[in-house]
Amino acid sequence: MPLLELRNLSVDFATASGPFRAVDGVDVSVDKGEILAIVGESGSGKSVSMLAMMGLLPWTATVTADVMNFDGKDLRQLSPKARRKIIGKDMAMIFQEPMSSLNPCFTAGYQIKEALRLHLGLDAKARQKRAVELFEMVGIPAPEERLKAFPHQLSGGMNQRVMIAMAIACNPKLLIADEPTTALDVTIQAQILDLLTGLQRDTGMALILITHDMGVVAETAERVSVQYAGQKVEEQPVADLFATPHHPYTSALLAALPERATERHLPTIPGVVPGQFDRPEGCLFSPRCKFADDRCRTVPPVPASADLGFARCHYPLSVSAEAEA
Amino acid sequence: MLRFIFSRLLTFLPTFFGVTLIAFAFIRVLPGDPIIVMAGERGVTPERYQELITQFGFDRPVIVQYWDYLKGVLHGDLGHSFVTKKPVWDEFFTLFPATLELSLCAIVFATLLGLPAGVIAAVNRGKFFDRTLMSSALIGYSMPIFWWALLLIIVFSGWLGWTPVSGRISLMYYFDNPTGFMLWDALWSGQKGALWSAIHHLILPTIVLGTIPLAVIARQTRSAMLEVLSEDYIRTARAKGLAPFRVNGVHALRNALIPVITVIGLSVGTLLAGAILTETIFSWPGIGKWMVDSIFRRDYPVVQGGLVLIAVMVMIVNLTVDMLYGFINPKIRKR
Repeated sequence: MPLLELRNLSVDFATASGPFRAVDGVDVSVDKGEILAIVGESGSGKSVSMLAMMGLLPWTATVTADVMNFDGKDLRQLSPKARRKIIGKDMAMIFQEPMSSLNPCFTAGYQIKEALRLHLGLDAKARQKRAVELFEMVGIPAPEERLKAFPHQLSGGMNQRVMIAMAIACNPKLLIADEPTTALDVTIQAQILDLLTGLQRDTGMALILITHDMGVVAETAERVSVQYAGQKVEEQPVADLFATPHHPYTSALLAALPERATERHLPTIPGVVPGQFDRPEGCLFSPRCKFADDRCRTVPPVPASADLGFARCHYPLSVSAEAEA
Repeated sequence: MLRFIFSRLLTFLPTFFGVTLIAFAFIRVLPGDPIIVMAGERGVTPERYQELITQFGFDRPVIVQYWDYLKGVLHGDLGHSFVTKKPVWDEFFTLFPATLELSLCAIVFATLLGLPAGVIAAVNRGKFFDRTLMSSALIGYSMPIFWWALLLIIVFSGWLGWTPVSGRISLMYYFDNPTGFMLWDALWSGQKGALWSAIHHLILPTIVLGTIPLAVIARQTRSAMLEVLSEDYIRTARAKGLAPFRVNGVHALRNALIPVITVIGLSVGTLLAGAILTETIFSWPGIGKWMVDSIFRRDYPVVQGGLVLIAVMVMIVNLTVDMLYGFINPKIRKR
């Protein structure tokens, strides 16, 4: 049984101009100790689906799912109180902006110890010991000093390490990293990714990495799920996805990688992800797809079989991306 | 911290001199002659008039008069009232505790109710409690204070007979008033029922004076909370599995307090200076009523001295608020 299983997850937001579906029938499944990457452009619903699973969306959001199981528990059935016993303990999350994700009014130590007291009930002495230990684990030098520091006294990379230490404080079974390196310098990005994969290996927790960076995916993930406009359009093991993308969107994403570009200009995907008012009738990617025909523009496609990477496409590709490019 | 306080005190200097100048000029710009007012209906002979002019020093150039006044102020001498002949300093500090006591009670009342109300409204944005609270706050803010006071007196003192109509304590009690703070003195007098009577007399004036600050604090808390609640670190706090009470009451409120403290500080300032209507209606022997009477009597030293002392009190409140910022938000502390 997978550690986390979401089936047909949808999230609707009530907006002033009517309902908006940010996540549309997404399936996610993660095994114990596995690294799953969720890839997609901004606005493709990657973060929202994970926030929905954690129960962190504002009240304007309506979450529905056929299955929402974590560690043998049905998240849909849990009371908010019972759910709070799981999130922050067995299931933790780190976010994109480390500088704004920590409370400016409290020291790093206060914020990390808060979780230790809440979930593990440690006394003051044990909390201090564990906090120092965690800061050492995430590579923060002079941990005793740093525990007393306020977030504005630390750098962005250091703050992200604090966030990671906070997230792994209670030995979670699943860590969700929502674009953990986007706001950081390139050199720090690599360090943080190494830290995350190292911690994942050492603790055996499962890791969901939300990113729009295919380079990050190639380096870290085992399995990749590609999302577009709130739908999952393809899912494959990482090597297969890079070798043989089945959905034209995945293929276009890979073709846009600088390392793969063969022409002088970097290939791009024209247009933007459809928003609330310009959702196409048929396949959501059809306005931007170079293979689209009338059927694509009128009939929404259903996911293909497993050997075609569950590609949500009428005409899944089966040639390798290299050959096509 | 000491350096911070010292640098703040330095910035007070120009403000302080500005206030003395304005206070001095303001009362002299007003039409009316203090000697004629003092003389009353009987009038005064021209000889006597000249004598008095010289006695009070009004025949000298205004600049010289101001310079003399300033010298006095810097030596702690605010002059004597024309009417009572008592030192302004003594009169002020006899009456000021009454105003301070009432203002503090009003601000405590406004904060204790306004802060939680604003938090609850922000957390339940758009729901029944929020709407009810925000519309009542608007009513409270726009209501004429004298009308509101009279209404409360009619209902609670007149119809229900729960509260006294005016004064600071029942006439049945008599004791020395060494500090001027009635609650404190009543407690220490040891007389049975004295404290209760003092509290009883404070209730209505506190509510009347605290109504506008209450509305302002509730609205300010709500809007500051709404802004903070959409911050990333609130999501982090919720992702830790913290209960809503801790997320809203600790993580969010601490950040929302800065604008709220500002409003509370400003309110204390206006209350100290502006309790005039409330003091008049409830016959509260504070500085508001004293100042108004002095203006009518053209009692120059009292008006000048009163304005300067009130300004100093407001400056002290502002300094306290500035120091509180640092305690609440560590980012400000480091500057």
